[in-house]
Amino acid sequence: MNAPSFDARLDIAAIRAQFPILEQKIRGKDLVFLDSAASAQKPRAVIDAMVGAMETQYANIHRGLHWMSERTTEAYEATRDAAARLLNAGDRHEIVFVRNSTEGINLVAHSYGRGIMKPGQAVVISAMEHHSNIVPWQMLRDAHGTELRVAPINDAGELDMAAYEALFADGKVGLVAITHMSNVLGSYTPAERIIQIAHAHGAKVLLDGSQAVVHRRVDVRALDADFYVFTGHKLYGPTGIGVLYGKRELLEAMPPWMGGGDMISSVTYERSTWARVPHKFEAGTPAIIEGIGLNAAIEWVEGIGYPAIAAHEAALTDHALSRLSAIEGLTVIGRAQDRGGVVSFTLDRAHAHDIATLLDRAGIAVRAGHHCAEPLMHRLGLESTARASFGIYTTPGEIDVLADTLIKVREFFQ
Amino acid sequence: MFEDLRDLYNATIIERGRRPRHMRRLEDFDATAKGDNPMCGDRVQVWVKYAGDGTIAATGFDARGCEISKAAADLMVEAVAGHSATSTRRLFAAFRTLAQTGECAECAEELKPMLPLAAVHEYPSRVKCATLPWHALIAALEGEGATTSE
Ligand SMILES: Cc1ncc(COP(=O)(O)O)c(C=O)c1O
Repeated sequence: MNAPSFDARLDIAAIRAQFPILEQKIRGKDLVFLDSAASAQKPRAVIDAMVGAMETQYANIHRGLHWMSERTTEAYEATRDAAARLLNAGDRHEIVFVRNSTEGINLVAHSYGRGIMKPGQAVVISAMEHHSNIVPWQMLRDAHGTELRVAPINDAGELDMAAYEALFADGKVGLVAITHMSNVLGSYTPAERIIQIAHAHGAKVLLDGSQAVVHRRVDVRALDADFYVFTGHKLYGPTGIGVLYGKRELLEAMPPWMGGGDMISSVTYERSTWARVPHKFEAGTPAIIEGIGLNAAIEWVEGIGYPAIAAHEAALTDHALSRLSAIEGLTVIGRAQDRGGVVSFTLDRAHAHDIATLLDRAGIAVRAGHHCAEPLMHRLGLESTARASFGIYTTPGEIDVLADTLIKVREFFQ
Repeated sequence: MFEDLRDLYNATIIERGRRPRHMRRLEDFDATAKGDNPMCGDRVQVWVKYAGDGTIAATGFDARGCEISKAAADLMVEAVAGHSATSTRRLFAAFRTLAQTGECAECAEELKPMLPLAAVHEYPSRVKCATLPWHALIAALEGEGATTSE
């Protein structure tokens, strides 16, 4: 086996030192955290930003006339600029704050789906979506009479582009909602082609960037994406805050989906008028502290830079694929050419949950189950997999610990 | 390196999990129900045949899941044979306590063969694996058709 070349630009020890949690011992062993795709750990910068906001400049935002409220509003709104920069959005008003990816997708399903799409039109998803990008479209179908179409994948776990394109033949597709990177297989989808094809047929595209934005630079303008969602907690930020990017003219045309404070321009009992975008979609007091934490997370990721992150994770993934594939009885699920730092696998002698319980005893955290993607599991003919996923702080040594331990797991179940 | 895990993965669990004796669909049954653990994707289905007096004459199951859930289902089938719905519910309550705490005070004879599952209480995320087949069985007895371990 060739020694993998880990990116010299990343000082992993220095990065790890910024994550207080990585000092924790699990049952007396060093924590080997290989579950970042479910939620990533938080660097000191994020923790400090959140604590600092609560200790020095906290008040409700967008409505106070006092110093504290103004400072807090500024800090919270700075996150909108950071998110616009991260995604290369042209206009900060195109950034809508939501609780997480799930809420962003539901917002589009409600507002664009019911408000703009017509019954009889179709929504296209792929065969490797997270439940959060399946169920909202089923609900739209049942409530609004749209159709739900599923673009198939091949056995390697890549989108079947010919079959995808064929779904547009009858001209009914109004919206495509597809993952930018699979949380189970690690596959990236060819977002640019997906969007070109959809646009050529007059359909809009929502990309679920929950996984992709963690690993790769995303440029919504270069992609020409109509909507893009991500969730803060996977990007080393807090839970409770996520981002929906939407092209301004689409957001302007869409009706609000939740009513309340902050989203109105004026209210009388007869009628209310809506605030301008993005506030039209941000009813109620938002996750203020979490929003401020997300800004710190984005700045932290930008400080390291996507080229270094992507190079580090590509090397880790190569290393993991070669170490894991060498284990007898282990099958790696998903062999996409273009993939990120997520590796799912099964072991001939043990169910995924039993694997996870044993790994946990060795201080190794992985995810086991259907990964909120039951239809994908069904497509793969599996009931569950174990999944190791990597973050900036993951080391090749941790992958070796995983591989060595898996060999012992298999011996245990012989 | 995993020797301490033999409390959970003991010989009985491994044997019953790998080669369950009662994992079959009953062709002739009076009640059936599915049980789902939506968090992890485990799924069982249980079929029950009653005797003339309404007690359980035969139980079969199909399970998709880990060793713990299969072993628990297999041992359950033997524990509930000959029991009425009411006494099956009592057994389940005692089994649930066993799975959650490791304790089986004044343990009924029928439950003693389930003691190899006691260690599951040390693995909180796995307790549901052991109780899922029971949830399905109770749902079948109550004519509910489907349940979850949530
Ligand atoms: C691809 C993908 N989409 C959507 C989600 C949902 O994210 P959240 O639960 O933060 O809304 C996840 C996270 O599990 C994911 O991996």
